[in-house]
Amino acid sequence: MFPTPIERTSIVTRSAYRIILPASLILWLIPLLGVMLTALRGPGDITAGNLWGLPSQWMFLTNMHDVFTNTPMFDFIINSFKITVPTMIGAVALSCMTGFALAAYQFKGNLLLFFIFVAGNFIPFQILMIPVRDLTFQLGLYDTVTGLVMFHVAFQTGFCTLFMRNFIRALPHELFEAARIDGASEFTIFWKIVLPLTRPAIAALCVLIFTFIWNDYFWATVLIQGQHAMPVTAGLKSLNGQWIAAYHLISAGSIVAAIPPVLMFFIMQRHFIAGLTLGANKG
Amino acid sequence: MNRPISEFSAHSYRSSWWKRHQARITPWLFLAPGGMLFAIYVIAPIFQSISISFYEWDGLSPASYVGVANYVELMDDEQFYVSLWNNVRWLICFMLAVPIGLGLALFLNQTVFGIRLIKSLFFFPFVISQAVIGLIFTWFYEPNYGVIAPLLSLMGWDGWAILADEDYATYGIIFAGLYPQIAYCMILYLTGLNNISADQIEAGRLDGAKGWALFWNIILPQLRPATFIAIVVTVIGALRSFDMIAIMTQGGPWGSSNVLAYFMFEQALSEYGYRMGYGSAIATILFLIMLVYILYFIFRMYRDEQRGL
Amino acid sequence: MKKLLTAWATMAGLCLSTASFAGTLVINTDTSDPAPKKAFEMIIKKFEAENPDVTVEWNLFDHEGYKQSIRNFLNTNPPDVANWYAGNRMRPFVKAGLFEDVSDIWAQGGGWNDGELSTSMAHAQKSMTIGGRQWGVPYTYYQWGVYYRKDIFEKLGIAVPKTFDEFVAACAKLKENGVTPITIGSKYLWTTAGVFDYLDLRVNGYEFHMDLTNGKIPYTDPRVNAVFDAWDRLVKPGYFIENHAAYSWQEALTPMVKGEAAMYVMGNFAVAPLREAGLTDDQLGFFQFPEITPGLPMAEEAPTDTVHIPSKAKNKTDAKRFLIFMARADVQEEVNKILGQLPINSGSAVADDKFLKAGNEMLNNAYAMAQFYDRDAPAEMASEGMKGFQEYMVKPERRQKILERLEKTRQRVYK
Repeated sequence: MFPTPIERTSIVTRSAYRIILPASLILWLIPLLGVMLTALRGPGDITAGNLWGLPSQWMFLTNMHDVFTNTPMFDFIINSFKITVPTMIGAVALSCMTGFALAAYQFKGNLLLFFIFVAGNFIPFQILMIPVRDLTFQLGLYDTVTGLVMFHVAFQTGFCTLFMRNFIRALPHELFEAARIDGASEFTIFWKIVLPLTRPAIAALCVLIFTFIWNDYFWATVLIQGQHAMPVTAGLKSLNGQWIAAYHLISAGSIVAAIPPVLMFFIMQRHFIAGLTLGANKG
Repeated sequence: MNRPISEFSAHSYRSSWWKRHQARITPWLFLAPGGMLFAIYVIAPIFQSISISFYEWDGLSPASYVGVANYVELMDDEQFYVSLWNNVRWLICFMLAVPIGLGLALFLNQTVFGIRLIKSLFFFPFVISQAVIGLIFTWFYEPNYGVIAPLLSLMGWDGWAILADEDYATYGIIFAGLYPQIAYCMILYLTGLNNISADQIEAGRLDGAKGWALFWNIILPQLRPATFIAIVVTVIGALRSFDMIAIMTQGGPWGSSNVLAYFMFEQALSEYGYRMGYGSAIATILFLIMLVYILYFIFRMYRDEQRGL
Repeated sequence: MKKLLTAWATMAGLCLSTASFAGTLVINTDTSDPAPKKAFEMIIKKFEAENPDVTVEWNLFDHEGYKQSIRNFLNTNPPDVANWYAGNRMRPFVKAGLFEDVSDIWAQGGGWNDGELSTSMAHAQKSMTIGGRQWGVPYTYYQWGVYYRKDIFEKLGIAVPKTFDEFVAACAKLKENGVTPITIGSKYLWTTAGVFDYLDLRVNGYEFHMDLTNGKIPYTDPRVNAVFDAWDRLVKPGYFIENHAAYSWQEALTPMVKGEAAMYVMGNFAVAPLREAGLTDDQLGFFQFPEITPGLPMAEEAPTDTVHIPSKAKNKTDAKRFLIFMARADVQEEVNKILGQLPINSGSAVADDKFLKAGNEMLNNAYAMAQFYDRDAPAEMASEGMKGFQEYMVKPERRQKILERLEKTRQRVYK
């Protein structure tokens, strides 16, 4: 533990810490507090420049109602789920397999393959953009949820493989050997031994992928055009053009768009952080 | 009478063939679906993009081979240098997220009442999409009705439109980008701090190390893995800076806040440009820059693997 | 006998059903905004009512996304009719062979001709022509010009300026009285092109402007510099609103609504939001962009929306019927009533609206019509050009550097 535990310091430091801690938290969250406050307001406050005072009208429900009835926000949210959930399932399923193959077997090119998966993570999206867009076209999947999901699954498989492979590799190898001696097939080992043990890793990956994909904006602009398949990030941007200076609506919309990943984070916090900090404590 | 037996033996032959080889074939079976998808969607496109960069192509008419003309043009394109320089500014300024994240982690690494909740609240901006953060900050910077407008007029900078100022637009965007990035680095360090061995700290303290010396000589070395990951994700974040620029300035005013990632998109796929070849050339340059870095990362991993084996 | 009859009936039925299958007309449009959407709903209903043998299948695209989608569907999944824009905006598709040559609709006595297009839409023929052939049919346009706060002008005793000197003097007077003379939101660049186009049309004239946007004149030409000399007279004394690079065109309307700014060089679509924000027709006025070079015939900016037949369309017969239908005076009249824009067919009546009437009169007397910089010039030139205009408006001292950069782009784009 570092620094010196607060309970071992002087009373002055201790009370200072008690004050500074919440103060710094408020300072840190000011951007988000501003958004929440604005979502409560009516348009009058914004034109009047009342941005930090109490709202003169409490219009949160009206704003939310506006967002959902006058815009396709609801469809955007549904689209985001339609994109995010299949990607999550697809990428995690595929990477359980690839991760297992790379972690449990010695074969020529194993490490090379692994490194290719790893390297894929760092590639700038732009180098993929034109060919992927073309491919999606040729498959007839341009401007569809399926087309976007296909790419996301493929790309996220890289990251998930890195994660799963390292996780499975850290499992005791003797388990597999013992099962083999008992005559278990390789598939049984995967299904009956590896998968149950990787549950925490699967959970962590699911939360991470959910957040990554939910927040994707780039691929949504490259592979989706119409509002019928647009996820909420791109949708919000397109609504921004309609809501001229209607910051109360922009704020309400932003909150709606942010709720699912934020909820996911608070519910699955432990898994989320475990996933994100993978490697941060390993030599 | 004979036939069933021979069938049985054939079956047993097959199964024993499978048995003998299954350990060698299984990994490939497991790798096939994910690997193929990855090859089609991630690996092959890299080479396709590099090859497109030698063509002139608008996506409609047939492509025509132009050799290195796209690269020659790029070397003479002012916007390319502006973007490249902005990438450098991003890289440098974005790195601030690492020390700030560390500072925040040290600050929060206490056991007082409610600290877990406070840590989560510090972290959660990270899970909000860059598109949303970009929208929020765009409005903050708005010169008349923006959230910081009262603050600016306090300082006598009335109506300063940061995002329309060629000298400051990039910094305005980077500042917005730092917000979630700092949270990310913070959480990496918090986890790192959790795993620091208490013995070593005590030993250090007994040796008379205090404050800065203790931090520098004993704590920081133990945080090296966290630092490494923090730098890795921050560099990637800086080079991938697309969403915020697309949302906040579209590279403007007059291209002064552009970066290679957005410049490429603008040339290849925006309303006013369908220069697939030129865009691919930009993407290739960006890829090469990143490749240096990827190779370093892989090299490090390889070294660790060798050590681990 | 009865059997025979049934057989005949069945066959007839079969024929009918195949005929109606052949009579499916697929239309793709980008008319996702409320008014254009309503207009096309009306068009399709009317067309189907008049042509009971044709069933229209309508694919409505998002307005922004369409710019990308059309590039794809023309090749992969072509409809029978698609809407687009006149001028150079359609050139890439014409060049790639993706739009059908419809000169026969336009030609006198060309079989398809019922006398409508060659006479009543002659003034728009030029903007539909590439390489001497016509590639579509226009159905709506709208004017650009100066929208201004009539009440502020009247209060300060400013008359509607007829010449550029008067215009500059009006700006000076407004500024003296604490009113920003001209508002503009240049964040998305294109608004600057409206100003540039008008200055060029008034300084050098329509032919020069067309030559420039067609790449025949260097941007370093002294005549282009003359345009910027005129522009300097507005930029250097600070007659444009501060921070315009931070605003979208709609955000820049706010100062005008509040009475903090007096003029906006804009298209007629700005009237609706200005009215919505509470400006009455007594407060809001319109005038033609003033004369700069004396005696130069006045050309106007009038972007035109069009319909086209993709060359890979399956049902070209009905598509041509649809195009002719869209050209008709009564159809254009009805469409433009919904759109709040101007019909192209000179036989159509214009809606009873102050601004539309003013626009119609101006355009009917116009020497020629420009389509807007980003439609007249190819996309790549337009994007660089508009970036340059924005930069110039903030940093007028960089004019030479900007023009040299544009010249470099011109040499590349038009090679």
